[in-house]
Amino acid sequence: MKKIYGIVALAVFCFVLCSTSSSFAGPLDAFKGEKGTVKISGGTAHIPVMKEAARLIMTANPDIQITIAGGGSGVGVKQVGEGLVDIGNTGRKPTDDEIKRYDLKLFLWAIDGVALIVNPNNKVRSLGKAQARDIFSGKIDNWKALGGEDRKINIYTRDEASGTREVFWEKAIAKGTIAKSANVVVSNGAMKSAVSQDPYGIGYVSVGHIDKTVAPVTFDGVTPEIETVKSGKYTIARGLYSNTKGNPAPLTKKFLDFLFTDEGQKIIAANGFIPVK
Amino acid sequence: MRSMKETIAERTFLLSAIVSSSITLIIFGFMLFMALPLLSGGKILRILSSAWSPGNGSYGIFPMIVGTLAISFLSVAISFPVSIGCSGFIGILGPRQLNRYLKKIVQVMTGIPTVIYGFVGIFLLVPIVRELAGRGSGMSVITAALMLSVLISPTMILFFNDSFERVPRSYLEAADGLGANKVQKLVYVILPNAKKGIIMGLILAFGRALGDTLVALMIAGNATQVPGSIFDSARTLTAHIALVIAADYESIEFKSIFACGIVLYLFTTAIVLGVRYLASGRRKMR
Repeated sequence: MKKIYGIVALAVFCFVLCSTSSSFAGPLDAFKGEKGTVKISGGTAHIPVMKEAARLIMTANPDIQITIAGGGSGVGVKQVGEGLVDIGNTGRKPTDDEIKRYDLKLFLWAIDGVALIVNPNNKVRSLGKAQARDIFSGKIDNWKALGGEDRKINIYTRDEASGTREVFWEKAIAKGTIAKSANVVVSNGAMKSAVSQDPYGIGYVSVGHIDKTVAPVTFDGVTPEIETVKSGKYTIARGLYSNTKGNPAPLTKKFLDFLFTDEGQKIIAANGFIPVK
Repeated sequence: MRSMKETIAERTFLLSAIVSSSITLIIFGFMLFMALPLLSGGKILRILSSAWSPGNGSYGIFPMIVGTLAISFLSVAISFPVSIGCSGFIGILGPRQLNRYLKKIVQVMTGIPTVIYGFVGIFLLVPIVRELAGRGSGMSVITAALMLSVLISPTMILFFNDSFERVPRSYLEAADGLGANKVQKLVYVILPNAKKGIIMGLILAFGRALGDTLVALMIAGNATQVPGSIFDSARTLTAHIALVIAADYESIEFKSIFACGIVLYLFTTAIVLGVRYLASGRRKMR
């Protein structure tokens, strides 16, 4: 009988040994033995990075549940401020008023550019600041005026809660008006699919979201890509923030810390953003 | 003597009836209360009649009211004849064996989530409308109305069908006896007798079209202009609420969405009452 106990004990010991040694060594070790949920919402530019980090963490430790929702920067501030989520992401720096009202702690983990995009079939690939302003105000309303086809320009913009919109409006079109006829979409992803579907559309997304379904537009002679954003030559850029109400709870803190580890920074860079230490 | 059980059951049901009916009133009261800062001092007219331009301090919802009415009326106008025809076919004209399957398909269609319709709309309908119109982005009043009519017609078809089936058999047999063919039976016997059901189906479908958020949000374009044609991008009240709800709690933008809620509420009520009145008026005349 004793022998059986011994075998069982050995088996359990081996199992424990195997399962621990097979788990990731490195930054994910911090999550060992943790349990609980982290709820994230807000900025839609952040989502790919959040998803990838959450996937790694939840694979390493299935006891942790991380949920990610969009909604835009406005939603992020509001929900974290009301205590509905643990992390509220913003694609802009929260205003002083917001920081004071909700006692927000900011975590800036990446710099991101906001780029004008058109359909890959569109020949117009370069615009000046004044042209961009005129397009979005509706003054230039035909692609012909810019060297393209004789078709009306379809403008796509974002909703009021979008941090991407705020940065674009402030830095690209100098707080100019956006035509009332502009179509409004609700996320970076929706913007990308709208412009990739519309040969006569123009919109703007986070540089990290650009792929071959849409074509980035050179703005004032500078191509929007990681190098130009990094060097500061491309001026339509913003920080990607994760905010918590007061000091973050232990597990939330670990999640945020993970973004600043080498592993986290790799994910950020792989998604087309510039990691900030 | 009434048993204790019966009394308890009666009280419980009464309570749930009171609760469910009062909730609608409470919601209306809540919206009124929240919108009060905007409604007081004659600002209500300006909100109902002016444009949406928060940058210039204008928080009007007129374009959204027009957008809502245009999209929902158009979708009902498209789907009503289709639904009448479809339920006529399923109910009377078509071969019985086929009808069973058709009805099953329609039943399945009522259960499809609206987000699927929106999704299909983006990838199938939007490009078609864009190329047919030859201008605009394809996200427009007509796109949303077409997709919405697909969304609401199953509800209508099933409702119409039920009311067709409730027409007394003896009426149909009388028509048969007079030598009426199937079409004559449908037009002269079934449709007039199923009027009540048809009107109820219409109200229900219109309510769904008016209240649906996702389809309009995804494919109507959401532009804050007053749509000048069916190929223009437009925003509905529901989509407007969904888009603005993220704004700061303290802002006027946020408060203005309660005005949207009230307008939607009143629209639905007005339509239900209006159609009911018409229906009852007609019956008295007969």
